Amino acid sequence: MATQNTKTLARLMMAPAVIVLLVWMVVPLAMTLWYSFQNYNLLTPQNVSFAGFFNYVYFYTDPAFFESIWNTLVLVLGVLLITVIGGIAIALLIDQPIFGQGIVRILVISPFFVMPPVAALIWKNMIMHPGYGVLADVARFFGAQPVDWFAQYPLFSIIIIVAWQWLPFATLILLTALQSLDSEQKEAAEMDGANAFNRFIYLTLPHLSRAITVVILIQTIFLLGIYAEILVTTNGGPGYASTNLTFLIYRTARLGYDVGGGAAGGIIAVVLANIVAIFLMRAVGKNLDR
Amino acid sequence: MGSITLKQVSKTFGEAKVIPSIDLEINDGEFVVFVGPSGCGKSTLLRLIAGLEDVSGGQILIDGKDVTRNAPAERGLAMVFQSYALYPHMSVRNNIAFPLKMAKLDKAAIDKKVEDAARVLNLTDYLERRPSQLSGGQRQRVAIGRAIVREPSAFLFDEPLSNLDAALRGTMRLEISELHNTLKTTMIYVTHDQVEAMTMADKIVVLNRGNIEQVGSPLDLYRSPRNLFVAGFIGSPRMNFVKGENARSHGAHTIGVRPEHIDLSTSAGAWRGTVGVAEHLGSDTFLHVNADGIGTLTARVGGDLPVRHGDQVYLTPQEGRIHRFDDKGLAIK
Repeated sequence: MATQNTKTLARLMMAPAVIVLLVWMVVPLAMTLWYSFQNYNLLTPQNVSFAGFFNYVYFYTDPAFFESIWNTLVLVLGVLLITVIGGIAIALLIDQPIFGQGIVRILVISPFFVMPPVAALIWKNMIMHPGYGVLADVARFFGAQPVDWFAQYPLFSIIIIVAWQWLPFATLILLTALQSLDSEQKEAAEMDGANAFNRFIYLTLPHLSRAITVVILIQTIFLLGIYAEILVTTNGGPGYASTNLTFLIYRTARLGYDVGGGAAGGIIAVVLANIVAIFLMRAVGKNLDR
Repeated sequence: MGSITLKQVSKTFGEAKVIPSIDLEINDGEFVVFVGPSGCGKSTLLRLIAGLEDVSGGQILIDGKDVTRNAPAERGLAMVFQSYALYPHMSVRNNIAFPLKMAKLDKAAIDKKVEDAARVLNLTDYLERRPSQLSGGQRQRVAIGRAIVREPSAFLFDEPLSNLDAALRGTMRLEISELHNTLKTTMIYVTHDQVEAMTMADKIVVLNRGNIEQVGSPLDLYRSPRNLFVAGFIGSPRMNFVKGENARSHGAHTIGVRPEHIDLSTSAGAWRGTVGVAEHLGSDTFLHVNADGIGTLTARVGGDLPVRHGDQVYLTPQEGRIHRFDDKGLAIK
């Protein structure tokens, strides 16, 4: 990549990819921005007109707006908490040499292969269903009243389902990080008199900090947009108890046929996601620079 | 105090018998070097003493106390690893302080010990740095520092210099020897480099395939190797071995002559040959001579000898410096 020739060639070769990426990202964003300033309802598609900031005000004053933001945060933080702590625990476990290690690892990772709506449906109908779910059977076996998960703890149920799906991802990343820990360092700590707990606190956890950062960053991006699990289980309810921002936008745009309002919600979500991203990078991103 | 006794220690990994059975006595304050080719079990033996591997049989005694089943930390030993095994996310200060912190010493005592160790090892200016900001030699010193603050009854070194360049290796060799003179603590040092073994050791243990071939002081091993393996391993360049008629005339199956014990002449001598490669080191010249009917012999001669590739020379082994071995490879006294 030294001569003028190769530089020109490189730019030429990269151009299609860069252009496609730009178009792919910029066009939808621009269209969303455009629609967010339009009165555009699918029930009256002939009456399209400039709306100013009306859509934003409308979305902001929606009684569900702050509840949905709160729910989004609870959902993201809850899933992160379960997947990071659970991921470290499972990674530590399956890092131990055991019989059938390969099969155990594949089984642990397999939830990641199940597509979200399918997983959510299985949880809804076969595990958490108050009538014929496994958990209800267990409750009845102990003589307890079965819990109607989606009615009584709607957001918590969704956190469980999403955490189940993302646990393998966290486990996988943390396991590879765990395996890259120098065995001589572990032995040195052992010679230095550190017991298993101290070795974990002073050696393993600092070593994992980078991987944990990666898990948090990547998962946050995806968890801010959780939608399918809510759609097939609680449908955002009861009331707005399990509606997150993504689902509120869907509700406005699709159930209210309000394209303008949905677009405004989308722009608000983009802004909020960026705020979260800035905070995240401030808080944990410095771990990546080492 | 730090005397270590091994009684019939053995180690097997599955089917492989790495160490069949070893008896060894290490006295307090001794600098003992385990030396041998790679795969001879020297590192395994060190790890058995450290407690990082469980013995398959036998006993390990430290100061007369049986520690065979004790955890590594309970044995009162400190180890310096080949990769230094510093904790990358801790400063040099915290690295050195780690064993003390684990021993739950109070803050003031830890600080004092760390600073003392840092002064001894010339690390005072680097205490707040991370290991990644240090050179190889400095990392090595931090690893040693982490070992000495514990005031162990013995130090274990596992090929500590093999990651350093040649010049630094020479310096560190001196520093470790000096450290031993100051601390007078037992040290066990594993290496495959016989130069390190010869220069540092009070006592060398030559290992081959998990067995002790010979134990003795460096000059003992040099002067009277017990068998062909030790004879070939100790000394650089290697000892020349001659079989057949020449050996029989000395009443042996094989005779060995060190390169430095061969006299060279351009006119007459015991063996005639042609010079293959001449390695001029300045002070010495190593001549690789293709001797007629014997094979390649190495001779160490003065640096200013004017012989070159293809020259015809005569080699004569010095009387009284010839090592004789029987058909089992054992030295004939």
